[in-house]
Amino acid sequence: MHFDPAFYLFLAIVAVTLVITYFAARKQQSASEFYTAGGGLSGWQNGLAIAGDYMSAASFLGIAGSIALAGFDGFFYSIGFLVAYLVVLYLVAEPLRNLGKYTVADMIAARFADRGVRGCAAVNAICISIFYMIAQLVGAGSLIHLLLKLSYAKSVGIVGVLMAVYVIFGGMRATSWVQIVKAILLMGGTLVITILVLSRFGFSIGGMFDQLHPLMDGKFLNPGNKYKIPLDTISLNLALVLGTAGLPHILIRFFTVKDAQTARKSVVFATWIIGLFYVMTLFLGFGAAAFVGADAIKHANKAGNMAAPLLAKALGGEYMFAFISAVAFATILAVVTGLVLTAASAFAHDIYGQLIRKGEATEQEQVTAARMASLGVSLISIILALSAEKLNVAFLVSLAFAVAASANLPAILFTVFWRRFTATGAMTGMIVGLITTVALVMISGSVWNPEPGKAIFTGKPIFPLENPGIVSIPIGFFAAFLGTVLSKKPSDDAKYDEILVRTNLGPNAEPVSELDMVTH
Amino acid sequence: MAGQPDYAKIARSPKFQELLKAKKSFLAPMTAFFLAFYFALPILTSYTDVLNHPAIGSISWAWVFAFSQFIMTWALCGIYTSRAAKFDAQAQAVIKGDK
Repeated sequence: MHFDPAFYLFLAIVAVTLVITYFAARKQQSASEFYTAGGGLSGWQNGLAIAGDYMSAASFLGIAGSIALAGFDGFFYSIGFLVAYLVVLYLVAEPLRNLGKYTVADMIAARFADRGVRGCAAVNAICISIFYMIAQLVGAGSLIHLLLKLSYAKSVGIVGVLMAVYVIFGGMRATSWVQIVKAILLMGGTLVITILVLSRFGFSIGGMFDQLHPLMDGKFLNPGNKYKIPLDTISLNLALVLGTAGLPHILIRFFTVKDAQTARKSVVFATWIIGLFYVMTLFLGFGAAAFVGADAIKHANKAGNMAAPLLAKALGGEYMFAFISAVAFATILAVVTGLVLTAASAFAHDIYGQLIRKGEATEQEQVTAARMASLGVSLISIILALSAEKLNVAFLVSLAFAVAASANLPAILFTVFWRRFTATGAMTGMIVGLITTVALVMISGSVWNPEPGKAIFTGKPIFPLENPGIVSIPIGFFAAFLGTVLSKKPSDDAKYDEILVRTNLGPNAEPVSELDMVTH
Repeated sequence: MAGQPDYAKIARSPKFQELLKAKKSFLAPMTAFFLAFYFALPILTSYTDVLNHPAIGSISWAWVFAFSQFIMTWALCGIYTSRAAKFDAQAQAVIKGDK
């Protein structure tokens, strides 16, 4: 058999992650261990894990390709994905840590002990995670197909089996460490390429810009190569900056640390890592534009996803290509693993544990349910990804961000900051936000294209924008507002006092009651 | 319910109200600022060409503004961390005063 360095590096990554899972599995007895790794991660560990959970293949391969092919417009993603962490840090992370336990639904249910509220929050978490996961798995399938020459079905199958194994046996602890290892690999790989790119430009950033200036008839460095409709650009940026703070797979990471202060430290640490990474995407994109060239990038993959691996090959030959491909593989694994865990927690903890068993399931039943749910979520995702092979599903990532911003964020923010907010408002916000966003995407150019084969359906889109955010986000907030104002049930002042105290003082303000100690 | 704190009493205590006020007067303007700073970029690049003028050599103002978003984000992380330490101290004072 032909010696393929990429193959052995892939194997090495699989081996390392399985060792992690083996050690994590030995500790896997309690529900809190499964969902939150016992809440025992340190600030920097969780910071790296957040970065590993967040920097998806779409960021690494997609943004590098977008910048290489569209110049400035590709960089919008880098900026939006980063600034979004200010929303997380300033408004969401600490209240979430102080109010929630395992899931985002826990946080909203801390204020509204209402089955409908929990159900809606769980459904949103599942929808967002599955949308995101299908995009990742389809991307993984075509990527591994390109890198290792395996068939699409086999590629999806391998990633799918691995993610299921990590979560089922290793729970949140394995998930976190897979994400930490991936974050370090991704930062290392990106740094090496960045240095190689810079060395080719004589370590002069000005020189790099000078050299790229003439591309695309001198338009490469100017905004407007990709996004021609101003409102669509604004809409994209809106979903990027507000979406992160509503993404369940990012938010549940805050339950893995012991308190709000550590949650804060982990966001700050993550923001530094993520920021440095997104700065480097510029060098990846520019390097690919200069040393691979737009034609070769488009020839390998129309969307530009091969820009970074091809750049690695151009700069460092076969071994560099193998290394960057392995980094991309680790990237995909870490993200889908986080998504499986998130969707499984919503099924097992919110729907089974709280709604069906009314919080009375034993520790063993909870862990078994979580494992079954992980298996179920993995199977469903693999089947959906296999049937979506020929579809262009890249839009599912922006759909996930838009749903997060339109359906989840209003409920999260109002729960913490609005005294008048009611359970009805929370439900209307979540339901209307979800339905509006999905409906708008269904009638947009992401799903309908007059040219056959360009989108899922052939035809003229009714909704003119690709990104629904600018319409769906205000509608989500307004629905939460309207549901509150129109609901007959008055808001519960005493409950909001409790939320205020718990949000701002943390659990120190409330001595653990005996009841709590028995159930948890 | 053994040990349930009197949330209403804590919530109405002057020290707690002070903490809420301090947080609000920090979080609201800062959030407004970073959102305005962030949206200024796509708004300016979508509706005008002002940022297409060169700033340093081939680097246009659009890129300078784009890089400043990174600096802004990191700076605001630092500012938040130091302010949050003060809020922590205020919160501790409320908890101690409560007991």
